[in-house]
Amino acid sequence: MTEPHPVGLSIRGGVKVYPGTRALKGVDFDLRMGAVNVLVGENGAGKSTLMKVIAGVEALTAGQISMNGQPVQIASKSDAVALGIGIVFQELNLFPNMTVAENIFIAREPLRLGFDIDARAQSDAARALMRRLEHDIDPDTPLGTLRIGQQQIVEIAKALAQNARILILDEPTSALSASEVEVLFRVIADLKAQGVGIVYISHRLEELIRIGDYITVLRDGTITGARAMEGVDIPWIVRAMIGEGSKEFPRTEAPRFGAEVFRAEDVCLPRLGGGFTVDHLSLSVREGEILGLYGLMGAGRTEFLECVMAQHPHATGRYFIAGQPLTERDVAGRIARGLALIPEDRKRDGLVQIMSIRENITLSALSRFARLFHLNLDLRAEAASALDFVKRLTIKIASPDNPVSSLSGGNQQKVVIGKALMTDPKILLMDEPSRGIDIGAKAEVFRTMRRLAAEGLGILFVTSDLDEVLALSDRILVMADGRLTGEFPSGAAPADVIAAATRHKLKDHAA
Amino acid sequence: MTAIPAPRSDRTNLMLVVLQLRTFVALILVLGFFSYAAPNFLSAANAVIVSKHVALNALLAIGMTFVIITGGIDLSVGSIVGLCAMVAGWLVLNPVDLGIGYSVWFDTAEIAGLVALVGIAVGLVNGLLITRLAVAPFIATLGTLYIARGAALLLSGGRTFPNLTGDAEYGTQGFPFIGAGNLLALPMVIWLLVGMGLVAHYISRRTTLGRHIYAVGGNERGAALSGVKVNRIKLFVYMFSGFCAALVGLVIASQLQASHPATGETFELNAIAAAVLGGTSMSGGRGRIGGTIVGAFVIGILGDGLIMMGVSSFWQTVIKGLVIIAAVVIDQAQNRLQTRVALQQEAAIGK
Repeated sequence: MTEPHPVGLSIRGGVKVYPGTRALKGVDFDLRMGAVNVLVGENGAGKSTLMKVIAGVEALTAGQISMNGQPVQIASKSDAVALGIGIVFQELNLFPNMTVAENIFIAREPLRLGFDIDARAQSDAARALMRRLEHDIDPDTPLGTLRIGQQQIVEIAKALAQNARILILDEPTSALSASEVEVLFRVIADLKAQGVGIVYISHRLEELIRIGDYITVLRDGTITGARAMEGVDIPWIVRAMIGEGSKEFPRTEAPRFGAEVFRAEDVCLPRLGGGFTVDHLSLSVREGEILGLYGLMGAGRTEFLECVMAQHPHATGRYFIAGQPLTERDVAGRIARGLALIPEDRKRDGLVQIMSIRENITLSALSRFARLFHLNLDLRAEAASALDFVKRLTIKIASPDNPVSSLSGGNQQKVVIGKALMTDPKILLMDEPSRGIDIGAKAEVFRTMRRLAAEGLGILFVTSDLDEVLALSDRILVMADGRLTGEFPSGAAPADVIAAATRHKLKDHAA
Repeated sequence: MTAIPAPRSDRTNLMLVVLQLRTFVALILVLGFFSYAAPNFLSAANAVIVSKHVALNALLAIGMTFVIITGGIDLSVGSIVGLCAMVAGWLVLNPVDLGIGYSVWFDTAEIAGLVALVGIAVGLVNGLLITRLAVAPFIATLGTLYIARGAALLLSGGRTFPNLTGDAEYGTQGFPFIGAGNLLALPMVIWLLVGMGLVAHYISRRTTLGRHIYAVGGNERGAALSGVKVNRIKLFVYMFSGFCAALVGLVIASQLQASHPATGETFELNAIAAAVLGGTSMSGGRGRIGGTIVGAFVIGILGDGLIMMGVSSFWQTVIKGLVIIAAVVIDQAQNRLQTRVALQQEAAIGK
């Protein structure tokens, strides 16, 4: 008796340790051939790490990978390709300056005489792949001119061109329109029939239930559920995803909300190629309130905060701080009016890595220590003030003069928070405040947020972590496709919030 | 928070100190070597001569250091030197027709002011090209390198302005003093270097402007999101660099009492070399004015010392190149060591 879907690849006791965090804690994973294996879990649960291990991008710290019963070593991307494993990353790995065909065959160009690129063979093969994917994309167009959805198709074609027996799709539909999703599903069914084992990662639960054959749920680096898809429903997935005993960050006292401190009206950010990344969004925050803005990848949350912080010159909309219109068009002006942003990407946006901890904390509020026409810095006052914030936020450091890059993620995040607080903000905008920090530091960051709110600060935080938004917010707004799709009081049911965030696109943005 | 002394071995500690002071160590080494190998090298008279040579490059390098700290580069300084020397020469020799019926002769102070403005203006053009039109600094300043050099040539039709001795009738008799005069037994150039060095050091260490310059070079996006006015900072550094170059042009015209349109060719490369030798990172965010000045001295002493030893100038060029590369290699080593030490410190208290 043979199983309908033999196990093609399996991981036993997979452990992956990064400096500071354990991303995978002893994972047992079976990948079945000729079937769609869906993988679900919150951001940071370890899905991407697991897939990177299979695709040879990262190596396991401990544990064993075997294929068809034989132990294998997947030490590099090329090992994985040789074993027939293809992966389509969430972030596209394409070259916008090259043509579609060149992208598909990058580093594997068909050659004549060993050095002359056979451009015609390359184009023909690319055209055949595009036909198979039911897309009318000319292989000779430069990739940069394609829409994101089409680029995703090219990425899939690239994996197919390598004759992958195992194909990993990491959130392939996040950038696709509804009709493109249908095409992708047909391609997946076709591949399945050919015996290809597919791993499918997505946040869209309805989608998973529709096309999945087997489901694996990850939470905090461990597998909390793995079974065949029959009988799986959304509540089961949500339970496995966030657990029964939700991590709590209880409020110590009842919240006292003051007057409205921040209001955004009709904020719009046009998207290249039509449509809106932020679509006529309005919201308001009161003093002492923690407003959680929940949404999946690509919902436009980060872009909304960037609009507020004057990062998109093409954005339109009106903002009010404590009822007064915000007319300043540059970041410095907006900071002076009481806005402060804690960006999502600490490394890229939040910190100057090579500067010291002290210099980072005081960077936004430096003029406070300046005398004589902002020329002479009072270094002693600066050091004292930096130290004061280090104490208040319980940042663990050896010396404020060490470079900020030597700190752990959680302490770096507190430095960013310190920098924002030093400007005496009226409203704090936080983009994924717990990204890339461990559980302990997370709890401390959340306690800090609660304390700040209790002191009367308005906090607007954006997250794609359901647990977090449920536990922390006084009020929850849900965003999808650039629009608000739901508003919930604190203590809302997780399934409702997810449903609002995954609401099907009303409009098809396909060209 | 209490400062917890982290355990680190004395050897790493010592290594780090030596590496941090490497430019200084290099300076002492070249000084020691030449005072042994070249007789008369360590005399006071020679020290003044060498310092005069070094001062010009050091002045340019000070401006260059700020530019490089912001992550940019200024290739136009050599041409600005030439242009400013020519403008100074022209103003000494010619009256300016202001279009109000009669011409005006400017006196020394006015000439110095106008020349400084020319340098600042070219710097402003660089800055505007880079901030408003988003031209890469390398390209923008390469363009102004050619433009300023061409302008210098056009000003005299390629000829030299000779005999800039000044004329008491027009108030320019003091012109030669700028480059050739002495104050308290030291040449004016050295006072100029001391003055500019102190000002630049003060800006870099004790002002918001200085801190913002480092922030822009360390992480431009992050700095902008923290409210740093990135464009203004960039405008300043290019204008400051232009100002430094103008001073050098003025000094050279006055020293030689003549100005030639080719003045300052390849000066920009020496200035970059001094900054890099002094520990300025080409990727931005790191560098010290003191280090740059010491770096300029190392290059200058190396050059003059080798001449006194009678080494061929061809070999001098090779040796200069080797020293610059060695400096950057050591710089990388220091960075790695420093990062490791800081990580160990933080890890020690993270437990």
